[in-house]
Amino acid sequence: MKLTSDQVKHTAKLAKLPLTEEQIEVYAEQISRILDYIDQLNKVGTEGVEPTFNVTGSFNVMKKDEVTKNLTQDAALQNASSKNNHFFVTKGVFENE
Amino acid sequence: MNQYEPVIGLEVHVELNTKSKMFSGSSADYFSKEPNSCTDPTNLGLPGSLPYINEQAIEDCMKIGLALNCQIADVSRFERKNYFYPDLPKGYQISQYRWPLCKNGWLEVEDKDGNVTKIRINRVHQEEDTGKLTHTDGQTLIDFNRSSVPLVEIVSEPDFHDSSQVRDYAKKLQQIFRYLGVSNADMERGDMRLEANVSVRKIGETELPNYRIELKNINSFRFMVAAIEYEIKRQIEALEKGEKLTQETRGWNENKKETFLQRSKEEAHDYRYFPDPDLPEIRMEESRVKSLESGMPELPEAKVKRFISDYGISKANAQILVDSKELANYFEKTVEDGKDIGVSPTDIANYIINRKVNIDEVKPKQVVEEIANRKVGVVEDEGEIEKVVDEVLMENEKSVDDYKNGKTNAIQSLIGGVMRKTGGKVNIETVRRVLQEKLES
Repeated sequence: MKLTSDQVKHTAKLAKLPLTEEQIEVYAEQISRILDYIDQLNKVGTEGVEPTFNVTGSFNVMKKDEVTKNLTQDAALQNASSKNNHFFVTKGVFENE
Repeated sequence: MNQYEPVIGLEVHVELNTKSKMFSGSSADYFSKEPNSCTDPTNLGLPGSLPYINEQAIEDCMKIGLALNCQIADVSRFERKNYFYPDLPKGYQISQYRWPLCKNGWLEVEDKDGNVTKIRINRVHQEEDTGKLTHTDGQTLIDFNRSSVPLVEIVSEPDFHDSSQVRDYAKKLQQIFRYLGVSNADMERGDMRLEANVSVRKIGETELPNYRIELKNINSFRFMVAAIEYEIKRQIEALEKGEKLTQETRGWNENKKETFLQRSKEEAHDYRYFPDPDLPEIRMEESRVKSLESGMPELPEAKVKRFISDYGISKANAQILVDSKELANYFEKTVEDGKDIGVSPTDIANYIINRKVNIDEVKPKQVVEEIANRKVGVVEDEGEIEKVVDEVLMENEKSVDDYKNGKTNAIQSLIGGVMRKTGGKVNIETVRRVLQEKLES
């Protein structure tokens, strides 16, 4: 199964990865090989086998509705590359206008 | 122009009023708090943090599902909805997709002529809210206080055919959330948010149209109705002109009274949902659902029916009184107080509604006495009142004895007796005075 360069571009866009034309070619080739392997897996008979979504096998793991701890504003913001009056700052995203 | 019919589906988001976040321990009570003061590593998406499911949120979500006649899933799972946006620090929102907690419900809406429409509910699922963005001077400020506050989404089937049905349904949901006590459901504060999917088709067609316009970010019932009305007209005009409509997201501009394009299909998201490996599945035992069910409060619809049958008040009045749980309780307390002195539930209902009684300030007893006193004037002759009082005293020896033995409350039932005999048409204070005089002589 050969991935088209458009499919690679779309996937890269979803993952927010900037790719050069050469990289697109390389990844198209590599990801295609991965998909070939998936194809092999798909050939294995799995009828009657329940899918595994969680390897621990646990269920109903929940916490009580209690406030344990809020980070201080300074702690919350300490890794921010840009901040302003205790807000994180990012370059403008304009939804409406 | 009128050979078209609108086809509308509604998605409602409601923020739960839990103490803590959906998957961690910071405070979910973030309203008007300092920015980024209600956060923790999990809802900031910091490496190494892991989510834990908030038990209370799951219970609240199931209550909403049960109130909307849903089936509760035996097994339910969280999935990751992947997209990049600055309000979402993890790069995905934890939501539910293939295995929602509740599904296949319905809610009925009734128009003013009594026509009932059953709106099918596809699902009620649990997810988490995002951070809040403020756009200013080419920058975007991010406050993560709201990040991961429990959010429940209620998705209807496209069963609405006019905007008033949408409004009635949304208002009914708001009332149910408040009765259940799971959310303040305040639209302006953003506790409750509406998204409508609107399309139109020729009358007689049964297939769903091959496009739909999503109306988003609309924060009042009134604006939503206006936006839907505008869309229906815009779409019919476009189709009449032979234009082809495609999937897009639109917002509402209240100043211009029109919808505007926010996002077209080409930019539509591809969310790549997959089960969140950090969160074990939820297995719901039938006994747990049963016990939740039996603990459900009386909901507005049932209360209206009971008020009509128990108190003989009109449907219109019952609906007004049931508007909030507090008002309904107040009415019932007043009816209870009115019983003793023969003030009828209908008089009480009319009084509370017509006078717009402030239930936080006026005591139920005051309402009852006020109603009784309004009937002054019909019997003013004290001699006549005394005659009735004597009768009542003769017929109610037990109350008389009780009173004389110090149970002064017994006077209430004697007053009630006089009120009943006179059809309530005497001054309650006069009756009380005459009674006291006679009892204490």
